[in-house]
Amino acid sequence: MMALIEPHLPALQVVIPLVAAPFCMMLGRGGLAWIFASVVSLATFVISIALFAQTYDGTIISYHMGGWAPPIGIEYRVDILNAFVLLIVSGSAALVLPYARSSVAAEIPAERQALFYTAFLLCVAGLLGVTITGDAFNVFVFLEISSLATYALVASGAWANKRALTAAYNYLIMGTIGATFFVIGIGMLYSVTGTLNMADLAVRIADHGDSSTLRMGFVLILLGIGLKLAMFPLHLWLPNAYAYAPSAVTAFLAATATKVAVYVMLRFMFTVLGFDYEFQADTLRMVVLPLAIIAMFAASLVAIFQDDLKRMLAYSSVAQIGYILLGLSLLNETGITASIVHLFNHAVTKAALFMVAGCFIFSAGTSSISKLAGVGRDMPWTTAAFVAGGLSLIGLPLTVGFISKWYLVLATLELGWWPVALMIMASSLLAIIYVWRVVEVAYLQPAPAGVTRKEAPLSMLIPTWIFVGLSVWFGVNAMLTATAAGRAASALIGSSHILWKD
Amino acid sequence: MSELAIDLEFILGRYNYWLFSILMMTGLYITVSRGNLIKKIVGLNIFQTSVFMLYISLGKVTGGTAPILTGDPDTVYSNPLPHVLILTAIVVGIATTAVGLALVVRIKETYGTIEEDEILELEHDMDFGNGAPQGGSRA
Repeated sequence: MMALIEPHLPALQVVIPLVAAPFCMMLGRGGLAWIFASVVSLATFVISIALFAQTYDGTIISYHMGGWAPPIGIEYRVDILNAFVLLIVSGSAALVLPYARSSVAAEIPAERQALFYTAFLLCVAGLLGVTITGDAFNVFVFLEISSLATYALVASGAWANKRALTAAYNYLIMGTIGATFFVIGIGMLYSVTGTLNMADLAVRIADHGDSSTLRMGFVLILLGIGLKLAMFPLHLWLPNAYAYAPSAVTAFLAATATKVAVYVMLRFMFTVLGFDYEFQADTLRMVVLPLAIIAMFAASLVAIFQDDLKRMLAYSSVAQIGYILLGLSLLNETGITASIVHLFNHAVTKAALFMVAGCFIFSAGTSSISKLAGVGRDMPWTTAAFVAGGLSLIGLPLTVGFISKWYLVLATLELGWWPVALMIMASSLLAIIYVWRVVEVAYLQPAPAGVTRKEAPLSMLIPTWIFVGLSVWFGVNAMLTATAAGRAASALIGSSHILWKD
Repeated sequence: MSELAIDLEFILGRYNYWLFSILMMTGLYITVSRGNLIKKIVGLNIFQTSVFMLYISLGKVTGGTAPILTGDPDTVYSNPLPHVLILTAIVVGIATTAVGLALVVRIKETYGTIEEDEILELEHDMDFGNGAPQGGSRA
């Protein structure tokens, strides 16, 4: 049995949630659909673990769709970088779904819950597909599958607050513009190389050398993916979409959607376009790097002045994406390691924090910080989870946030750019301010009279604390994540020829 | 002097790219500049259609025919791959339009308008108005 399934794991990774989605729709009211979606997401998680174990030592799995050999057929290519991102996506899905049960029941009418879980599974399938595929056009198709499902998921927050509709609409417009830029970029690459297979593209682009069509393709892909991953200043869709989506959706999206877009960016910048080409390196260092630094400060500053907890965390996400892009645009191995390790670390931290926000909405009925006065006494476990997640956001030692910032600072010091290292630390101070605001309100202010708030149910607390636990575990013992990220980074650097010329 | 002369053949010979750029910019401009949510989606459609044109014209070989075996070894075929890709992209475009229009319908139902500035005004009221109730808007 196992021997029969094992060679097809890469295909099953995407096919299982994709095929399961329409069945999920037929399962009537909430309960059954939820159980079904949970089982499916657990199965995809198990497959991801198996793929990660197979690729951890640097093996590359190449799966030929339908037996057609690449570059003509579509190839699913799993190396340690994909496998790492697959693990983030399917792991988040498997942990968010148990949480979703109570949260979704409170926020979405029972007769629509099956549709909600269907869209959720489609979103998972799309994100996994983007990550695993080795075909450039396939990336676009899966990106749109996941995005369309995401628009629907964000809009399903409309039962709680009608602004979810306009948030989803704006996300749709921005996301589609991004995807279209991306597909034009792929068209440019195709027009000079005549192939869509990523590995083949890399070889042929290296043979082709520099040309204005390729430069155009590079810029369009950067722009398109920049919109999808909320690169400052293309992040305008993100705060509203995260603030008004149902809590479970926000937790899932914050952990996965932007991370997968960052993966696509890494893959295209280094594996596909990575040839000795100053224009590309210059763009990353002269355009993306300053924008990343501005994002770290501007978004953190805006976060300080938000009253809504989910909005505050959304702006903090924009700032954290700044750290990821900063690592990527340093163009050295440590920087890319920092980027990849922060993909995981930020996913874990932000998922935990958005789940806490969801617990507040569930029990206290609000995510407005000013209305959460004294909540630390009524909901001790939830608030404690916020503190632990907040410490990781700041980057205190023994949390995953510290590991990321450590690598990031090392990478800047390797280049001798100590002002950038100082800026990383300065922007962490801003994180202290916005995390402290919540802690102060929750613990030091008295609860308003006549307000009763019960602790969130265990089905929500346990997944939240698992994420918190992960953020501490991998903060103390970062062997697994750092090794995987380091190997992925050296593979990326190895596959590209970018050399920074001083 | 010859370097300065406008190479008319170069410009006219690439008319498909010119049309693509004009259509693309038209679509993008409509999407960004219009306040009406339906018109934005129309602009988005034009924007996407321009990409279809780019891909399809890339695959065209002068004098080429559809890739169906004719038995004649001298037949010139156009490249069918971009066409197939665009078939997929058209489906994606239709799905996006459908989701977008469905959202517009719901926005019209809940806000009573599809003009962006009026919606922004309503949302501004929700944020800063005198305690305007939020949520539970769906009957």
